[in-house]
Amino acid sequence: MNKKKIYSLWFLVPAVVIFVVFFIIPMVTSLFFSLTVWDLKSFTFCGLDNYKTFFSERSLSISVRNTLIYAVLTSGLKVIIAFFIALFLTSKIKTKDFLRSLVFFPNLVSAVAVGIIFKALMHPSKGLFNTVLAAIGISGPNWLGDTNLALFSVVAVDVWKGVSISTVIFIAGITSIDSSYYEAASIDGATRWQTIRNIVMPLVRSSTNTIITLSLIGGLRCFDLIWAMTKGGPGFATDVLASVVYKQYAAGFFGLSTAGNVIMFAVIAIIAFPLQKFLNSREVYN
Amino acid sequence: MKKQKRLTLLGDILGCIFGILIFAVPFLFMLVNALKDRRGANLLELSFPETWMWENFKEVFSANNYQILTAFKNSIILTVGSLIVLIIVGSMAGYVLQRRSDRPVKIVDTLVMTGLMIPPAILPTIWVMQGLHIYKTMFGMIMVETALQIPFTIMLYKGFMNTIPVELEEAGYIDGCTREHLFVKIIFPLLKPVTSTIIILNAVTIFNDFTNPLYFLPGNDNVTVQLTLYNFMGRYSSSYNLLFADVLIITIPMLILFLFFNKKIVDGMVAGAVKG
Repeated sequence: MNKKKIYSLWFLVPAVVIFVVFFIIPMVTSLFFSLTVWDLKSFTFCGLDNYKTFFSERSLSISVRNTLIYAVLTSGLKVIIAFFIALFLTSKIKTKDFLRSLVFFPNLVSAVAVGIIFKALMHPSKGLFNTVLAAIGISGPNWLGDTNLALFSVVAVDVWKGVSISTVIFIAGITSIDSSYYEAASIDGATRWQTIRNIVMPLVRSSTNTIITLSLIGGLRCFDLIWAMTKGGPGFATDVLASVVYKQYAAGFFGLSTAGNVIMFAVIAIIAFPLQKFLNSREVYN
Repeated sequence: MKKQKRLTLLGDILGCIFGILIFAVPFLFMLVNALKDRRGANLLELSFPETWMWENFKEVFSANNYQILTAFKNSIILTVGSLIVLIIVGSMAGYVLQRRSDRPVKIVDTLVMTGLMIPPAILPTIWVMQGLHIYKTMFGMIMVETALQIPFTIMLYKGFMNTIPVELEEAGYIDGCTREHLFVKIIFPLLKPVTSTIIILNAVTIFNDFTNPLYFLPGNDNVTVQLTLYNFMGRYSSSYNLLFADVLIITIPMLILFLFFNKKIVDGMVAGAVKG
């Protein structure tokens, strides 16, 4: 049978045209425009000036550090917390369907809405968090106003919102483990913890890898939640690459904004592609 | 065995308490405060309202010359429009990409899969849209959303095509079916399960999208629901009751979707994530 005849390449054309025009062309031209001062109509070439500005001004370069902290923390916390929630939800408890829905729902609410709710909960003087802390005699911190704390507060909200995806991936991984492994372990007299450590953890490694890659990339690109909660403030304490791109765009520095965008590509490419290779090489097959 | 039973019961109780405290209380907090008067809501307390202010919703609806209705209209057009384009171009591409494995197909595959990781280049996209005279138009926005969701959509279609036996097409081909007929009449109907997953997942993503409309669809007439929410945040920073009422109105479509398609959504997200 002639494959080329049945599966015509024409079928690819609409998708490829849309994707190339609205994704690939902007991506490729961004490399050039990041080397210019431009206003979308005319441009003057300025070499590496935008990148020099980016890395010499602390208000901009700090975003690279913040992005890395944000991405690593959110993905690490999601993996650990989701693993234990998933273990709990695959045990013999009866309310697991209810609890699964409960954990999952925040995921469907938009980041802006979640940001608004938590901004109110984290209000320094009358927010619910600090009221509860005050009731047990602790004077709560200024969650989003303290430059040392703000980034971590947003990380916590991101984890709250996104932990459910990681949880359901782990649940799928755990339930696909063959029960003979558990039987063998219980015959050998393994404790619950030994079973988790030596059977469950190695056998869900492919789920772990998926979660790490997904949430790391998500974290590196994150914009909406941070923007809704802090707008990069106080000062530049929660500015990430994506928010710098927006701020420079809003201020009219289009070349600088594009340079920020290119740096974002570079950071993701440097971290995500090798990471995926490394993680895939360590998988244990069931 | 008795001890085991008691232990799971304890697990149930503790799980529900912590689950509700951590995941339900924030929404409950929003719900009760959306129904208070301004002074009550600004105390930001978790308590039932003294007077139930159902008028809050009316006020939010009529604010800014019924902007929220325009926003819902725009968001729905954007979501439905993008979904239609995505399903048509995505299913066609996923079908051929899975069935063939020669060089051009491999190149397209690699190209599309970069889109799963790399974020869009914002300003050059605006530049392209301006060049095509579709910046600040709904059509342009639909094209951008489509381009951004194409990689994920194709990935899901490709994964599902694996499960469809190739003999079907061979039989159809021998019977004299044209290739367009083959796809439209035989393959596309078989893709229905994955199509519904794609509809739900992309609908949630596009309806909740804030960043892209912020960049590519500015202007008061073009406002989408997530943008009105953001605008409300600035305007009603001192009337939490109205702010929360707005959040509630905008979250309701997702809540309804979730009540009906809970299992489908969760399974779809797992399928999508694991294949990625």
